[in-house]
Amino acid sequence: MALRVDYEGSNDVGVFCTLTNSYCLVGVGGTQNFYSILEAELSDLIPVVHTSIASTRIVGRLTVGNRHGLLVPNATTDQELQHLRNSLPDEVAIRRVDERLSALGNVIACNDHVAIVHAEISAETEQALVEVLKVEVFRVSLAQNSLVGSYCILSSNGCLVAARTPPETQREIAALLQIPVVAGTCNRGSELIGAGMVVNDWVAFCGLDSTSTELSVVESIFKLGEQGAPTSISNQLRDTLIESML
Amino acid sequence: MQSLDIKPTVGLIACCECGVAIEPNPANMCSGCLRSRVDITEGITRQCTIYMCKFCDRYFVPPSAWMRAELESKELLSICLKKLKPMLTKVRLTDACFVWTEAHSKRIKVKITIQKEVFTNTILQQAVVVEFTVHSQLCDDCRRAEAKDFWRACVQVRQRAEFKKTLFYLEQLLLKHSAHKECTGVKPVPTGIDFYFAKQQEARKFVDFLMTVLPCKYHYAQELVSHDTKNNTYDYKHTFCVEIVPICRDNIVCLPKKQAQQYGNMSQIVLCLRVSNVITLIDPNNLQLVDVQATNFWREPFDSLCGPKQLTEFYVLDVEPVNNFERKAGHGYVSKKHELADVWLVRSDQVGMSDAQSLSARTHIGHLLSPGDLVMAFDMKNCNVNNATFDAMNIDNVPDAIIVRKVFDRTRRTAKRQWKLKRLVVDGNIVGNETASVADEFQGFMEDIEEDALMREKINIYKDAEKGPNVDGDDAEDHPDAPTLAEMLDDLKFDDEEMKEAESAEDDEAMQE
Repeated sequence: MALRVDYEGSNDVGVFCTLTNSYCLVGVGGTQNFYSILEAELSDLIPVVHTSIASTRIVGRLTVGNRHGLLVPNATTDQELQHLRNSLPDEVAIRRVDERLSALGNVIACNDHVAIVHAEISAETEQALVEVLKVEVFRVSLAQNSLVGSYCILSSNGCLVAARTPPETQREIAALLQIPVVAGTCNRGSELIGAGMVVNDWVAFCGLDSTSTELSVVESIFKLGEQGAPTSISNQLRDTLIESML
Repeated sequence: MQSLDIKPTVGLIACCECGVAIEPNPANMCSGCLRSRVDITEGITRQCTIYMCKFCDRYFVPPSAWMRAELESKELLSICLKKLKPMLTKVRLTDACFVWTEAHSKRIKVKITIQKEVFTNTILQQAVVVEFTVHSQLCDDCRRAEAKDFWRACVQVRQRAEFKKTLFYLEQLLLKHSAHKECTGVKPVPTGIDFYFAKQQEARKFVDFLMTVLPCKYHYAQELVSHDTKNNTYDYKHTFCVEIVPICRDNIVCLPKKQAQQYGNMSQIVLCLRVSNVITLIDPNNLQLVDVQATNFWREPFDSLCGPKQLTEFYVLDVEPVNNFERKAGHGYVSKKHELADVWLVRSDQVGMSDAQSLSARTHIGHLLSPGDLVMAFDMKNCNVNNATFDAMNIDNVPDAIIVRKVFDRTRRTAKRQWKLKRLVVDGNIVGNETASVADEFQGFMEDIEEDALMREKINIYKDAEKGPNVDGDDAEDHPDAPTLAEMLDDLKFDDEEMKEAESAEDDEAMQE
């Protein structure tokens, strides 16, 4: 299921929010509507943590994380780190990385299994990704866009890349990540997909301007809201049944 | 080694509005959605008006120019686009062409292609057909030609006199000789008439005509309109200022002593008998006549002592014809049409009063006068004249009064009049402002004509069909020799409404001369 939200009038919700399968970070601000929508959807399942990173609220652009862990930039204060540590589940590892490209959200896009990163990040960061997030790391570039975190977003089910990404690159990424890749837009034609939306395995939040066409693309590629569909029931039930029989 | 040629391939994405598969563009929208969201032709009117002069087929180019242009020519396109220019400031014009329209439809269709940036980096292109309606409007040049307002040469006829009898005479002369037929315009001004001509030669011809029929002189001036130094051509407007002598009929003039002697020992105070091509002066004391040529007049000009407005009405008490008048040697030409008489006068408003001052005067119209008649005379004894020549005169030589003309009953005379004069009619308006005083002056002019056969010879007189034959046979008053029927012309008349009278035009023949 994909929802339209805005953060203090801005469509770029991906800038102010990091969403994973086990936690959600939101930037500290005055937009109660945004918090309410997120908490209504998520707080039953995962913690929604209000925090700042390096005293800024652009937590989505500065951090990168998945079910296993969270990487924060070096500028993160001890206090913020302590707050995160207190708020996040114990099984989520947190590490502060000393990366020159400190906006980690802009240079890294990951799901629970793989990460695609900017070609120029340091080996230490790559090492941290492997150790903390427990992901395979691929250095790629989306055609002329090397900021992979800004121009693409991925979940365990699929990957949405910027509209201008050539088909060859899409195929290459699909082969690397072993998930379907599609080119698309959000926020009525914006190519900044990573900044314009957040997604995990069962929910996506897009900017308020996103059209229904864009939402339907998002839902189909990330396989959101298909739990109730007859085909998915039969598929999943069959899998379970077969599994139980084995 | 072969160079690797990499062509970027482009995938398809869903249009963010409608989901149709499109190639990525800056707005990531299909052209249909983009066009439905923004109208780049907003503010461009689809209907426009341009003006064309139907006489010279030129189009109006604001602010004030007129340009000739063929249909579907690039000149016309530029005129049309100029009209649209204010609306095309926000967009970029990439193409313009005509859409065919029927030549007489008064419609011009121009298809313009415009580009405009919408959102960021998205340039939308659209073609619009603008329809121009061709309205007709007279251009300045054609309007001038239509209104006969154009002129290259101007003849300004002026007379510095308060009484315009000479100008009336000129009007009749023009009518008789059709000298004004090349005029493009006639304009009355307070001191005379302006005649406008399209060519300098025509104006010169007109001036020559004036010089032969009236005593006048002229100045010539030209104004440079434009010139081309490369071709050595100059364009002028020419003006002839024609000044007619300020002496009118029935004016009393005071000649300088030397001139009076030159004219055959005349008196210094003489009367102007008429102004034709010469000024005819008569000496009421001895009937001497002299014709002053224009050249002589302008060499030594003299002023009029008094005009018709300063005359007083006198009652004739007694008339004594002077029969044996002795003339000295060296006298000039003597009029045989006039008779010398000594007349005793009294002011007509003082007749019968005991203390009435009676004046004696010698007159040249003794043949017309009898006791009891009324005359217009100039009372020299009691007048106040501003004239240097007069002031220098010996007071003994100044007569008591000068009789100018006999007075007839005007209303009766007008009623009896069976002839009329044509007027110079231009664009339905009679020349000059026909105020009451001007109409009165024209009546006076007609009376003058009745009294002067010599003047009648030179102009056309027409029968007045509206006045019946003269039934008033037993008129006791002896009127001056009015124009005889033989002197009158039949006026050519067309009656459009009543065709039955058309046959009367057949016997319209000139009977005079």
